[in-house]
Amino acid sequence: MAKVRVLIRPKGGILDPQGKAVERALPALGFEGIERVRVGRMVELEAEDPERLPELCEKLLANPLIEDFEIENLDDGA
Amino acid sequence: MTVEVSRHRELGLTDAEYELVVEKLSREPNGVELAMFSLLWSEHCAYKHSRKLLRRLPTEGERVVMGPGENAGAVDVGNGHAVAFKVESHNHPSAVEPFQGAATGVGGILRDVFALGARPIAILDSLRFGELDSERSRFLLDGAVRGIGHYGNSIGVPTVGGEIYFEAPYEHNCLVNAMCVGLARQEAMVRAAAAGVGNAVVLMGASTGRDGIGGASVLASAELGDGDEAKRPTVQIGDPFEESKLLECCLELLEKGLLVSLQDLGAAGLTSSAGEMASAGGVGIDLDVARVPLREADMEPFEIIVSESQERMLGVVEPAKVPEVLAVCERWQTGAAEIGVVTGSGRVRVLRGAEVVGDVPVEALVDGCPLYDLSPAEPNGWIYGNRATLDSAAPAEETLLALLSSPSIASKRWAFEQYDSVVGSRTVRRPESADAAVLAIPEAGNAIAVSIDGNGRRVACDPYAGTVEAVLECVQNLACVGGEPLGLTNCLNFGNPEKPATAWQLERAVSGLADACEALGVPVVSGNVSLYNEGPDGPIYPTPVVGMVGELPEPGRVTGSSFAHEGDAVALLGPFAPSLAGSELAKLRGVLGAGLPSPDVSAVAEACATLRDAVRAGRIASAHDVSDGGLACALAEGAIGAGLGCRVDLAPLVERGCSAEEALFGEGPGGFLISGDRAALESLAADGVEVLVLGEVGNGSLDITAGEQALVVPLAAARTAWHSLAGRVEGAA
Repeated sequence: MAKVRVLIRPKGGILDPQGKAVERALPALGFEGIERVRVGRMVELEAEDPERLPELCEKLLANPLIEDFEIENLDDGA
Repeated sequence: MTVEVSRHRELGLTDAEYELVVEKLSREPNGVELAMFSLLWSEHCAYKHSRKLLRRLPTEGERVVMGPGENAGAVDVGNGHAVAFKVESHNHPSAVEPFQGAATGVGGILRDVFALGARPIAILDSLRFGELDSERSRFLLDGAVRGIGHYGNSIGVPTVGGEIYFEAPYEHNCLVNAMCVGLARQEAMVRAAAAGVGNAVVLMGASTGRDGIGGASVLASAELGDGDEAKRPTVQIGDPFEESKLLECCLELLEKGLLVSLQDLGAAGLTSSAGEMASAGGVGIDLDVARVPLREADMEPFEIIVSESQERMLGVVEPAKVPEVLAVCERWQTGAAEIGVVTGSGRVRVLRGAEVVGDVPVEALVDGCPLYDLSPAEPNGWIYGNRATLDSAAPAEETLLALLSSPSIASKRWAFEQYDSVVGSRTVRRPESADAAVLAIPEAGNAIAVSIDGNGRRVACDPYAGTVEAVLECVQNLACVGGEPLGLTNCLNFGNPEKPATAWQLERAVSGLADACEALGVPVVSGNVSLYNEGPDGPIYPTPVVGMVGELPEPGRVTGSSFAHEGDAVALLGPFAPSLAGSELAKLRGVLGAGLPSPDVSAVAEACATLRDAVRAGRIASAHDVSDGGLACALAEGAIGAGLGCRVDLAPLVERGCSAEEALFGEGPGGFLISGDRAALESLAADGVEVLVLGEVGNGSLDITAGEQALVVPLAAARTAWHSLAGRVEGAA
């Protein structure tokens, strides 16, 4: 089984309401000087056939119209 | 020159249209100007294939406060208040990305309503998808319903009603039409016309990004390299929290009298808003793109001027009031920037700092697009397919259960349970508890009833009669809760109007809409047209969607659509002449064809008036309009909702010449299924409207006799069939 981590994030240029909300909340807590917050999500999984992961990401984990994804192999150097 | 020629074609302008632009400018347009013209001269903005037809619609009435041409229409509901409403399509974005497409459709129609100073109080949706056994249809349905719930629930406006139909012609081109209803103090309402040379133009709300820039056409012309992924126009993402702040901010600005006019930014963004405001006010506008707050630093002027970023509004403000406007925006944490000025030039000028990057006459931009005559030709018979899923020899019990579980008839609880239908505390009748939603208006001491309808299949069978029926269905739904129509909004969803058959459908449908509204005395106060809805197999069913707002004196007396008491009499009221033409049963049997019986509008109107008075006087216990699936389905729905069966004999219809099947499953306008005290029901005939007592409420099953056919279906079986939608959407997903 291959251990992988999938990182999913909004595509560059697309509006990210979640990131915007975080960015707006930070100054109120005293964190100044923070810009360009983008919020995505992470999925960890173990796969028998890593070859099919990109297809799996496109069909379920990410919405390829508005999100990019990146697959990290966790077995490397682990 | 050859470069320019191919470019305008990619942008959707014909050669003749491009030459007209050159003539109006007395020169070749530059890239910014070409982008502006191509969008405002598109079908979506210029209504170039429909505007001539739409002139036929009656738009005037005693209660009309605002009519077509404003952001939304509005009618007087008394005590200085008005109800504003409009329906709009978001079909193509929803077919690409259903969740965001439907969400931003809701966001857009909300802005149209609060742009004139009305607080949104209700949302309704009319949705069309392909058959439920298609994976793509289930994907689109699931996304669109979640998107509507996401936006409406988050912003706190209840989704109180709607309809969903499943038909193969919508497989590749789903329809998402959203209607918003708002309430305003008439004194605080504002029009969309810019006025006052020297007044400031203020852009409020979200910053501007590369959202939905003119769709594929402008993308094609922007000469992007393959590596320029980040510069591609992006799917519009809705942000209901941003909209909530913008809504409160705009209503406060209007309440304080700080705005001369206000307009939302929708299709074609700043170009269309500024152009239309200038045109309505007979003035000019200068816009400085360098002052527009941007989400991405490197945007070109043409991108800024046509961006369709959501949650933005454009206001015209007297110079002395600008600081106060900016302060109110600041308090609501909504962005605001003074980006331009009203001029007397009659031109829209686009500046980047001191540099003029675009300069076009308002008249040419907004009203200069040539209007086209259609070339309608009646198609030869039924141009859509047929697919049989039910044997015509099936016994009546099986037929009834097949109809009840047909996704277009089955309960839509799966969808509306995802919507908050009561937030705001005005909702008196929720979805499926009555034929129309009812909202209390304590500000005016009364209530309103709202409904949205349009059965595209019946319009496909007969565009004229089908559209008349859509209007009648709305009026009948309102009558069931005691509502009297005040005004109508519509969204005309059709295929490519350049095809003669579609042109014929459009022409006949608009005639039907005009004649029905004229005969009923209901003014058309707002509307929207969505053309070119086609898939690889051809056009969608022609689908005029009609939304109606009615008034009732008090919300307390509203009857529901379910039977109320064991032992009550059950009767059919109204001039109902059931036919299998265009019916759900004809669809299941795969025998659809052209033609519908002609509806008798004035007879239906009389029945509506009788029912309305009876509901208002509290003389009946339930009222349900006989619609899809005919009387048998109406009886089943009345029984399932109540948990009470019924025993009825449709002999009075059969004696009049209806076949057993027509009496059971035939459809057509004009019929109401009512229940209550027998003498009270019979007394309704005194007005000259036909009342046929059919039987009584009671017995744990549906026991229906029609001539030689008799069916007995246990209530539990009917309930299971009617509630089968959720399992089929989720189980199969």
